[in-house]
Amino acid sequence: MEALDLARWQFGITTVYHFIFVPLTIGLAPLVAVMQTAWVRTGNERWLKLTKFFGKLFLINFALGVVTGIVQEFQFGMNWSEYSRFVGDVFGAPLAMEALAAFFVESTFLGLWIFGWDRLSKRVHLACIWAAAVAVNLSAFFILAANSWMQHPVGARYNPETGRAEMESIWAILGNNTLWAAFPHAVAAAFLTAGTFVAGIAAWWMVRLVRTRRPESVELARNVYRPAVVLGTVVMLVSGAGVALTGDVQGKLMFEQQPGKMASAEALCAGEEAAPFSILTIGDLSNSCEGVRHILEVPGLSSYLGTGKFSGEDSYLPGVNDVQQEYAERFGETDAAGNPISYTPNLAVTYWSFRLMIGFAAGSALLALAALWFTRRGRVSDNPWFARIAIAAIPTPFLASSFGWIFTEVGRQPWVVAPNPTGIDQIRLLTMQGVSTVVSPGMILTSMIVFTLLYGALAVVWYRLIHRYAIEGVPSTVRDESPEAAGDETDRPLSFAY
Amino acid sequence: MDLALVWFFIIAVLWTGYLVLEGFDFGVGMLMSLLPRGDAAHREKERRVLVNSIGPVWDGNEVWLLTAAGATFAAFPEWYATLFSGFYLPLLAILVALIVRGVAFEYRGKISDAVWARRCDLAIQVGSWVPAILWGVLFANLVRGVQLDEAHQYVGGLGALLNPFALLGGLTTLVLFLLHGAVFVALKTDGAIRVRARRFAGALSVVALAVAGAWAVWTQIAFSPAWTWAVVLVGALALVGVLRTNRAGREGYAFTLSAVTIVAAVVLIFGSMYPDVLPGLAGGNSLSIAEAASTPYTLTVMTWVAVALTPVVLLYQGWTYWVFRRRLTVDHIPAPAGLTWKKIKDAAF
Ligand code: HDD
Ligand code: HEM
Ligand code: HEM
Repeated sequence: MEALDLARWQFGITTVYHFIFVPLTIGLAPLVAVMQTAWVRTGNERWLKLTKFFGKLFLINFALGVVTGIVQEFQFGMNWSEYSRFVGDVFGAPLAMEALAAFFVESTFLGLWIFGWDRLSKRVHLACIWAAAVAVNLSAFFILAANSWMQHPVGARYNPETGRAEMESIWAILGNNTLWAAFPHAVAAAFLTAGTFVAGIAAWWMVRLVRTRRPESVELARNVYRPAVVLGTVVMLVSGAGVALTGDVQGKLMFEQQPGKMASAEALCAGEEAAPFSILTIGDLSNSCEGVRHILEVPGLSSYLGTGKFSGEDSYLPGVNDVQQEYAERFGETDAAGNPISYTPNLAVTYWSFRLMIGFAAGSALLALAALWFTRRGRVSDNPWFARIAIAAIPTPFLASSFGWIFTEVGRQPWVVAPNPTGIDQIRLLTMQGVSTVVSPGMILTSMIVFTLLYGALAVVWYRLIHRYAIEGVPSTVRDESPEAAGDETDRPLSFAY
Repeated sequence: MDLALVWFFIIAVLWTGYLVLEGFDFGVGMLMSLLPRGDAAHREKERRVLVNSIGPVWDGNEVWLLTAAGATFAAFPEWYATLFSGFYLPLLAILVALIVRGVAFEYRGKISDAVWARRCDLAIQVGSWVPAILWGVLFANLVRGVQLDEAHQYVGGLGALLNPFALLGGLTTLVLFLLHGAVFVALKTDGAIRVRARRFAGALSVVALAVAGAWAVWTQIAFSPAWTWAVVLVGALALVGVLRTNRAGREGYAFTLSAVTIVAAVVLIFGSMYPDVLPGLAGGNSLSIAEAASTPYTLTVMTWVAVALTPVVLLYQGWTYWVFRRRLTVDHIPAPAGLTWKKIKDAAF
C-alpha cells in the first residue's frame, strides 16, 4: 500500500476508536452532574449512590478518551503535514482554543472532583463536575468547528504566493452553518448514547433485583434504579428528537454544500425529481454506477431529506454522474500525474454507513418505548425481555455515531477540504495532496500496527472494567465525606484515590 | 510589536509550563521502583503514596503539551508540519509512552491485584523514562540544527537525530526530571519516604550539576549567543541552590529552584534557536520565525485568546495545588477499593 492509503486507514482507525469513548464522555458527564446535583439539593442517598456508581463508569471511560485524543492532536502533523501546511493558518486556531478553553478545564476540574470529595465543600465539589461537563461539550464545539471548516470552508482567502489558505474572519469560522448543524447533532447523539447507557444498565439491574422477590431487593430497585431508568429515558427521548431534527438540517445543508455526498448516500446515479429513499440496494464492489440495483424504496423521501420537497421541480437531486461531470469541468479531469480524478466517494460505504447510522437509532428507540411501558405509573418490572432489550440497546448509539462519522468523512472524499460551492474555488485540497511527503510507508505501517495492537488491548481492558463494574451495581453503603459532614476530622484517609 | 516574535515567546512559555509541570510527574513515575522500601505490603503503600501525590494534577500537566502542540499548529504551521512529520518515530514512541502511562494511572486501583499493580507500575515507569529522555533528544536537535531541504522538509532520517550532543541532551532532561520529581516527593510526602526522597535528591543534584552543566556549556560554546551565558549561570546557581536548600530540609525552596533550573534550560534552548524555529544543520535552509508564522490576523486572534485564557488557567491550576497541599503519608492510603481479579475474570462477555 502507498503512504496515502496507510495514512487514511490509520486516521480512520484511530479517530473512530477515539470516538467510541467521546460520546459517552460528553453525555455522561452532565448526567453524573445532574445526579450529584439531585443529591446535594435533596440529600437523598439514592442520588449519591448513583453518582458514585455512574461516576466510576464515567472515569473508566474518560481515561481512554484522554489518551487516544493525544494521538489525534499529533497525527495531523505526523501523517498529514502537507494538509497542515495548507490549512494551518485557519485550522490550527480552533484546535489551540480547544486545548486552552476546554482541555485545561476538564482535566483540572476532574482531578479536583476525583480527589476532592473530602477536601472541598459540597457546593464547590459539585461545581467541579459541572465545570468538567461544560468543558467536554465545549471541546466538541471547537473540534467540530475545525471539522466543519473542512466540510465547508468559510471565513478564509487563498494566498496564491504561498498556495495556502489564510484566515479572514474567526467569527465566520465559528459561525459556520455547517458547524451549527453538526455540533447539536453530535452532542444530541452523545446524550442519546449516555441516556441509553444509564437507562440500559439501570433497567437490567431493576429486573434482576425484582426477580429475586426479596423485599429489600425490590425496594432497592424501586428506590434507586427506577429513578435512573426514568432519567435515562427522558434523556433518550429528548436527545432522540434532537438527533432527528438536527440530522434533517444537516441533510439540507449537505445537499447545498456537498452534492456528491448526498448523491452517493442514495447511490443515485443520474439526477432525478422526487428521488426515493432506498432501504436495500445491491451493487458490485467496483464503485461504478452500472452495478447499482435499488430493491426496496420509499418514494420521494430522499428528495425530502435534501430539499424539503417530496416531488416537483424543486425536489431535483443531482446524481453522482452529474456531480462528476460538473466537478471535472471546474476542478480538472486529471491530477498532476495525469491520472483521471474520480469525484465520487465510495458508494457502498457511503450508502450503507448512512443507513446504519439512522438504523441503529432503533435500538435506543426500542429501549425508550419499553422503559415507558414497563415503568408506567410508578411500576418496577421483572420482565426478562425488558432486561434483554436494555442490554442490547446499549451499544447501538455507539455504532450509530461511528457510522455517522464514517459517512461524513468517507462521503467527503476525494476531498480532505471540500470546495465550498459558493466560496472561493482555490480553497480546496484533495486528500492525496494532504499526506506527509517525507514519511515513508514503512513508518506509517509501523505506527499503524503499534496503535492497532495497543488500542486492541486497551479495548479489552476497558470493556472488562466497564462490564464488571456495571455488574457490581451501586455501592451498598455510601457516606457523606464532605468537610461539612466530617467536622474536624481532617486527617482521614483519602476517599476516591488511585 | 512583531506578533510572530510574541508567539515564539508564547510557545516557549507553553513548553516551559509543560516541562516544569510534567517534569516532576515524569520524575515521580521514574521513582516508582527506586524509592519505595520495606516489605511487599509497605512498598505497595509507598507506591500508592507516589501515584496519589500526582493523581489530581498529572492530566492537567499534560494539557500543557497539547496546548503547545495546538498553538504551534495555529501560529507556526510550517514548524508544526516539518517537526511532527520529521520527528515521526520518536514522537510515536512518546505517544505510546503517554498512552500506557495515563491508562496505568487511571486503571491501577481499579483492580486490586498484586500482578495487575506490578504491570501498571511497569507501564508508568516505561511511560515516564521514555519521554523524559526523548524530549531532551528532540530539543537538543532543535538547538543543533537538523537537515532540511529547500522546501523546509526534514530529510535527515532517524539516525541523524541520535547524535552525541542530542543524547547528552536526553540525559540532561532525564536527570533534571528525576531530580525535580525527587524534590517534589520530599515536598509532598511525610515519613520515611520523604527522608529517602531528600537523600536521593541530594545525590542527584550533584549528578545533575555535572550532566546538565556539561550539556549547557557544550550548547553555549557551539550554538548559542553570548547572552545565554547568563541563563546558564542562573541554571547552575539554581542547581547549587537545590543542593543546599534540600540538605537544609527547605523543600519548598528546593522545589522552586529545581523548577528554575528547568526554566533556564528552556530559555537556553529557545534562545539558541532564535531567530529560527527550526535551524538547519550548519545553518542550511533554516526555517525562520518569520517564514513559519501564520498571518497577522490569525496571530492577533490567537493572542487575544491566549492573553484572556492563560491567566485563568494558571489561577485554577494553582488553586488545585493549594487544595491538595497537604503532605501524604502511608497512613492516608485507604484499603484497596478495586475489584478483585477473580471478579473481573468471572464476568462473562
Ligand atoms: C465531538 C467531539 C469530539 C471530536 C470530534 C473529537 N474529540 Fe477529542 N475529545 C473530546 C471530544 C471530541 C472530549 C469529549 O472532549 C474528550 C474525550 C475524553 C476527554 O478527556 O475529552 C476528548 C479528548 C481529546 C484529547 C485529550 C484531552 C485531555 O488530555 O484532556 C485530545 C488531545 C483530543 N481529544 C483531540 C482531538 C482531535 C485532534 C480530534 C480530531 C480528529 C478529536 N479530538 C475528535
Ligand atoms: C471523531 C470524529 C471523526 C471520525 C470518526 C472521523 C472518521 C474519519 C474516517 C473514517 C476517515 C477515513 C476516510 C477515508 O479514508 O475514506 C477520516 C479521514 C479524515 N478525517 Fe475524519 N473523522 C472525525 C473527525 C475528524 C475531525 C474533527 C477532523 C479534523 C479536525 C478530521 C479530519 C480528517 C482527515 C484529515 C482525514 C484524512 C483524509 C481521509 O483519509 O479521508 N476528522 N476521518
Ligand atoms: C433521524 C436520523 C438521522 C439523520 C437524518 C441524520 C443525518 C445526518 C447527516 C445528513 C449527517 C452528515 C452530515 C455531513 O456530512 O455534512 C450525519 C452525521 C452524523 N450523524 Fe446522523 N442522522 C441521524 C441519526 C443519527 C444517530 C441516531 C446518531 C448517533 C447516535 C447519529 C450520529 C451522527 C454523527 C456522530 C455524525 C457525524 C458528525 C456530524 O457531522 O455531525 N446520527 N447525520
